[in-house]
Amino acid sequence: MPGLFIDVKVADEAAKDTEIAKKLVEVCAVDIFAQNDDGSLRVVEENLDECVLCDLCVDAAPKGTVEVVKLYES
Amino acid sequence: MRFYEYESKALFRRHGMPLGEGQVVNSSAEARAAAEAIGGPIVIKSQVLSGGRMKAGAVQFADTPDEAAAKYDFVLPIEVGGETARSVLIEAKSPVAHEYFVSVTWDGRRKLPVLLFSDMGGIDIEEVAETHPEHLSRTHFSTILPLSERIAKEAISSVGVSGGDLNRLVPIVYKLMQVFLQYDLTLAEINPVAKLEDGSFIVLDGHVDMEAEARGDHKKLLAELGIGDDETRLARPPTEFELEGARLNAVDHRGVAGNVVEFDGNLGLIIGAGGGSLTLFDAVRKHGGKPANYCEIGGNPSVGKACNLTKLILGKPGVEKIAVMMNVVSNTRVDIVARGVIKGCLEAGKDPSEVITIFRIPGAWEDEGFKILEKYGVEYCDRSVSMYEAAGRAVAKL
Repeated sequence: MPGLFIDVKVADEAAKDTEIAKKLVEVCAVDIFAQNDDGSLRVVEENLDECVLCDLCVDAAPKGTVEVVKLYES
Repeated sequence: MRFYEYESKALFRRHGMPLGEGQVVNSSAEARAAAEAIGGPIVIKSQVLSGGRMKAGAVQFADTPDEAAAKYDFVLPIEVGGETARSVLIEAKSPVAHEYFVSVTWDGRRKLPVLLFSDMGGIDIEEVAETHPEHLSRTHFSTILPLSERIAKEAISSVGVSGGDLNRLVPIVYKLMQVFLQYDLTLAEINPVAKLEDGSFIVLDGHVDMEAEARGDHKKLLAELGIGDDETRLARPPTEFELEGARLNAVDHRGVAGNVVEFDGNLGLIIGAGGGSLTLFDAVRKHGGKPANYCEIGGNPSVGKACNLTKLILGKPGVEKIAVMMNVVSNTRVDIVARGVIKGCLEAGKDPSEVITIFRIPGAWEDEGFKILEKYGVEYCDRSVSMYEAAGRAVAKL
């Protein structure tokens, strides 16, 4: 479920990749990402609206696999 | 932060002001012993932060140690302004010939300290100002230029005090000015300074308020006076609303949504930035508005923190609408605050376009913030609208 203002979409192949998941957890300053027990990525929905639009997650993942959506622009 | 009388006097004593013999006691036995040690007539004074002790009967006189012990028991439970005594001060009763008033406080309009002096001490100075204005002098002085005894001398002599009395009063008043500046006080008051029958002068009652933000600079003094870090010394105990405000600020380290103070108006305020809170609060009142609260947001509070503050304020009984206003922000992000307050409105079951009277936060990321506000139909403005004007628009919507 998206936040009120922000949604973050992660491609399935990136979400399953434990290394990418680890990197995303590391770069996000507002804890939008976490890792499941199996190392895959989990988006922490309650933190989505804290996104500061820094795009570090977009840069940390392979191009096109992470998208930050501003819901108030739609 | 208010000092008790005995703490104020301890501070004055350090600076060489003349004080009578006295002792703080915490039992009737101690009161009896103190009275014996002092000898002669004594005064028994409840130690409370509130004013109006005399009217409440919390200042008593005694001629014997036994009477002092009885008066201790009498004074201790008396509530003054809803406050019971922390302890009791036993002092020698002085033979007073004449009473004077001296106070140093801050004149916000002039942005300078002001020295108030009157030769009609011992009574409400407001009453003197109204009925005998010629007996009250007001003298502003600089916080930058060197302090001089001449300022004190002129202030005292301007109400007609001269000769030996003037010469004896000058050092007391001058020291009070020094204390005011040295310890970042917002008030240093002696009422009365008494001239005794033998011609000497003595400080009979003192009152000191320290700027709360300056506590960190005066830790040594506060520790020596026995004032603990946990003692807020507010004029009244915090309300549940204020405690909740402090809690929500403390649970999230990101940014500040602090100093929440409860008022009884209908306009909730989410305000802050570089003195903006005080300016905006005053502006709302100047326009005839009635604030429901005061607060200070800044330092880029998280969406969650702004959201929780909004919900707290909207949940306060009597709050009809809120105004979100800040000075121009640089490190606080407009879009983050916009998200927080809108989310807070929605979670409180309110329509942001209805309940937010105005959103006036110009500065960092304002374009992004304005997009959010437009989406939710909230009236907003940029820095071309002054804080004063924004406050007026908010009040007009009530």
